[in-house]
Amino acid sequence: MEMPTPDPFVLAKKARVVARLRSVLPADAVISDDREVKAYECDALTAYKCPPMVAVLPSTTQEVSDVLRVCHEEGVPVVPRGSGTSLAGGALPTADCVILGVARMNDVLETNYPDRYIRVQTGRTNLSVTGAVEENDFFYAPDPSSQLACAIAGNIAMNSGGAHCLKYGVTTNNLMGVTMVMMDGEIVEIGGAHLDAGGLDLLGLICGSEGQLGVVTEATLRILHKPEGARPVLMAFNDNEVAGACVADIIKAGVLPVAIEFMDRLCIETTEAYAQAGYPDCHALLIVEVEGSDAEIDEQLSKITAIARKHDPVELRESKSAQESAAIWLGRKSAFGAIGQISDYMCLDGTIPVSSLPMVLKRIGELSDEYGLKVGNVFHAGDGNMHPLILYDANKDGDLELCEKMGADILRLCVEAGGCLTGEHGVGIEKRDLMFDQFTPQDLEAQMAVKDVFDPQWLLNPSKVFPLSASQSRRAPAIAAE
Amino acid sequence: MTPTTETDVAEAIASATGPVRIEGGGTRPIGKQVASDTLSVAALSGISLYEPGALTVVAKAGTPVAEIEETLAKENQRLAFEPMDHRDLLGTAGVPTIGGVVAGNVSGPRRIAVGACRDFMLGVRFVDGTGTILKNGGRVMKNVTGYDLVKLLTGAHGTLGVLTEVSLKVLPMPETSATLHVHDLSPLDAVAAMSGALGSPFEVTGAAYNGDVLLRVEGFEASVSYRLSELTKKLGHYGQISQTNDPEASAEIWQSIRDVQSLQAHGSDVWKLSVKPSSAPAVLEMIQAEQTLLDWGGGLIWAALPAGRDLRAQIKDVNGHATLVRASAETLAAIPAFHPETPVVAKIGAELRRKFDPRDILNRGLMA
Repeated sequence: MEMPTPDPFVLAKKARVVARLRSVLPADAVISDDREVKAYECDALTAYKCPPMVAVLPSTTQEVSDVLRVCHEEGVPVVPRGSGTSLAGGALPTADCVILGVARMNDVLETNYPDRYIRVQTGRTNLSVTGAVEENDFFYAPDPSSQLACAIAGNIAMNSGGAHCLKYGVTTNNLMGVTMVMMDGEIVEIGGAHLDAGGLDLLGLICGSEGQLGVVTEATLRILHKPEGARPVLMAFNDNEVAGACVADIIKAGVLPVAIEFMDRLCIETTEAYAQAGYPDCHALLIVEVEGSDAEIDEQLSKITAIARKHDPVELRESKSAQESAAIWLGRKSAFGAIGQISDYMCLDGTIPVSSLPMVLKRIGELSDEYGLKVGNVFHAGDGNMHPLILYDANKDGDLELCEKMGADILRLCVEAGGCLTGEHGVGIEKRDLMFDQFTPQDLEAQMAVKDVFDPQWLLNPSKVFPLSASQSRRAPAIAAE
Repeated sequence: MTPTTETDVAEAIASATGPVRIEGGGTRPIGKQVASDTLSVAALSGISLYEPGALTVVAKAGTPVAEIEETLAKENQRLAFEPMDHRDLLGTAGVPTIGGVVAGNVSGPRRIAVGACRDFMLGVRFVDGTGTILKNGGRVMKNVTGYDLVKLLTGAHGTLGVLTEVSLKVLPMPETSATLHVHDLSPLDAVAAMSGALGSPFEVTGAAYNGDVLLRVEGFEASVSYRLSELTKKLGHYGQISQTNDPEASAEIWQSIRDVQSLQAHGSDVWKLSVKPSSAPAVLEMIQAEQTLLDWGGGLIWAALPAGRDLRAQIKDVNGHATLVRASAETLAAIPAFHPETPVVAKIGAELRRKFDPRDILNRGLMA
C-alpha cells in the first residue's frame, strides 16, 4: 500500500512540535518516545504499520483545540484515532504525523430520558453508551461487531452500522449533534437535542467523513427504550439463490425484521467445527430476528416461517427461549473468530442491491476458483451489506497481494452490480485507490472541495479516502522549519 | 426553462448569465424569493427503478410525489417519512414533486419514529452551479463510500445544486393503524405523556398535541390492539382516553396533522420550531401564539403569529431553530425565513456554496 513520503521538514522539527504540544497538554498526554509511539503504529488493518512521530491523548475539547492549533501553525498532519478498530486503515499513521487519540475522553456528560438522548465524550466505547442507560431499559441502537472496543468517535468518522440497522439505521440516523474542533482549533457546535438542521445538514456531512473534516469530541446520541423481547429463527437452505429469494420475499411481505444474517457453506462448516452451534448441514443459512412482546414475536415468526416454507428449506428452527436464541446466534457471532482459527483472512465490506445477491455470490465463487483462494460469505442480507472473507496465508510470499487483488475484483463487482465499495467499514487506505471505479473525477473533485472548506491545508488525515493521485496537489508541503 | 433531460439541465445552468430559481412543482415557496429566471425540473419525471424486495425506489426529480406513493402502494410499501403537502397551508397550487420534498427535507409526523426525509435518502444525481453533472451515494441501504453529499444536498433548498434524480429507501405499509387520544391535557402534561409513550417499547409512530394528545400505533392487527391497551394503562392517569380504530379515520387524523390543517385558516405568519420536546411548554408560554400544533412529541412546534412579529426575539435562550414558513414578502424582507447561524457555521455554509455554486446563481439568497 502506497503512502506519501514523510515530510522531511516536519520530521526535522519534531523536538519543537513536541515542546509546543507539552506546553498545552499535561506531561503524560504527549508520547514522543520512539518505542512508546509504536503502540499507535496500526489499527485493525494490521497488515500495514507505521509508527507516528508523536501521539497525544487530550482529555477535553479545549485540549483538542490547543493540539490542533499547534499542529495547524506548524503544518503537521494529524491522524485522529478512536479505539483503533478500523478495518480500513482509517487510523493508520504516517511517520510525520501526530496521532490524536480520544481514548481519555470517555465521560457521559448528560442523560435525558424524557427527550431520549445522551451526550457523551466521543472516546467512550459504543457498548458503554448503552451501558450508561440500560438500567433504565434504554439502549443506543447502532451495534458494530467491535462494539465492546470501538469508540463513538470512530463510529461517527466511519458512519458505522451493525447487525440491527435494518430497523434502527446506522450512526448517522442516530446522531443528533456534535461538538467538533476544526483543524485551526476553532470549536463548532452542530445540531443538539432538537431534530434536523436549521440550515445545511452539516451533521450529515461530518458523519462518515473519516476524520478528515474535524475532530468530533462530544456527541448527542438518540437513545431508545429496549424492545420487550427479541427472538430469531434459523433457516437452512441448500442453495444460495433460494436463500436470497427468501430474503426478498420476507421484505416484500411487510415484515421488517431487526436483522437478517446470511452464512454460506464455508462459514457454516468452519463455525460448526469451531463453536459446535449445532447448525444443520446445508449450503446457505439465514438468521432472521424480530422484536416485540412474546405474542408479537410469535405472530411475526409464523409469518416469516410461512414464507420460508415456500422455498423448501432443509430446516426451520424457531427460537422459543433465550437459551435457544443464544444457540442460534452462537455460530454467527463466532464466524470471524472461527475463520481466523483456520487461516489469515481479509474481510471485505461491499454493498449490493439485494436482488443481485445470487449473481454476485456466483461470481465470487468463480473468482475464488480463478485466484485459487477460498472465500467465506457472512453478511447482513437484509440491507445487502456483504462481508466476503478471503482466506490467505500471510507467511506465503505474494499471497497477501493476490488476496488484495481478488478483493479489489470483488469490490468492483459490487459496484458493477449497482452497489458500492464499502457499506460500513469506510474507505480508509484500503479502498482509496478503487474510488475511481465508483466515482467520476468530477464526483471526487466535489468531495475534495468539501475538505478544502473545512481543512484548506489538508492536514487532517490527509492520505485517506481519496486516491493519492487525486489528492496529491492538495496535500500541501509543510511549512519549512525555521 | 423546462429542460427534459439531465444534460439539458446542465446546459441550461452552464449557459445561465444570472440567478436561476429552481422549481419542482412550485408548491413550497419557502424562503426569500429573488426575481430571476425559473428552471423547472417538472419535465424530468418518472420512476427509473423500483425494487420492492430491496426497499428501494429511484425517481427523477420532477416525479409527482403522488405517482411515487401510488406505485409503492401497489406493493404495500410507502415513503415512511410521510412528507407534508404544503399546498393548503401556503395557498399554492401545482403538483408536489419528489425533488421538492428532498430539497426541503420535508417530513411528517412519522419523522419522530423512523427519521426524516434525509434518513431515507440513498443517492442523488444533481447539476452544480457550474453545470457539471455529479452523483453521490447510490441505491443501496448501507453506503459509506466517500463523503455523504446526499445529506448535504437534502434540505439545501436547491442552493448547492439542481437535483435531477433521487434514490430513496421505502418501507412496508403496516397491516393496520390506530390512534389513541388522551383528552384535554395542559401542554406540560401533554409533553410528559408523549415522552412516556415515545420512551416505551410500544413503537409509537406519531405523537402530536392539539389540546388532546394523539398517539399513532401501526403494525399487525393483534400487535396494534396489544400496544394500544399497554399505552392506555401507562397513560390513563393523564386524562380520559379514547381510540380511533378505523384505519381510514386514523389516517385522516394524521394527514391533518401532517399538513398542519388547524393553522391554515389563520391569516397570519406561520412558524415552525424545532426544539427539545421538554422545552415546548415553556416555548408556548413565551410566544403566546394565536394557534399552535405540537408534533414529534413536542419537538416540533407549529405556531400562527400576528404578521411581522419576530418570534426568534421571544425565544432567545431556547436551543433549537425556527423557520418562518409562511409570511408576506414585506415580513420576509425584515425577518429571515431561515434561522440565523453562528458565525462559524454560517462561514462553512457560505464557503460550501461558493464551491458548489461559484457564481452564486442557484436560488441566490434563498436560505440567507
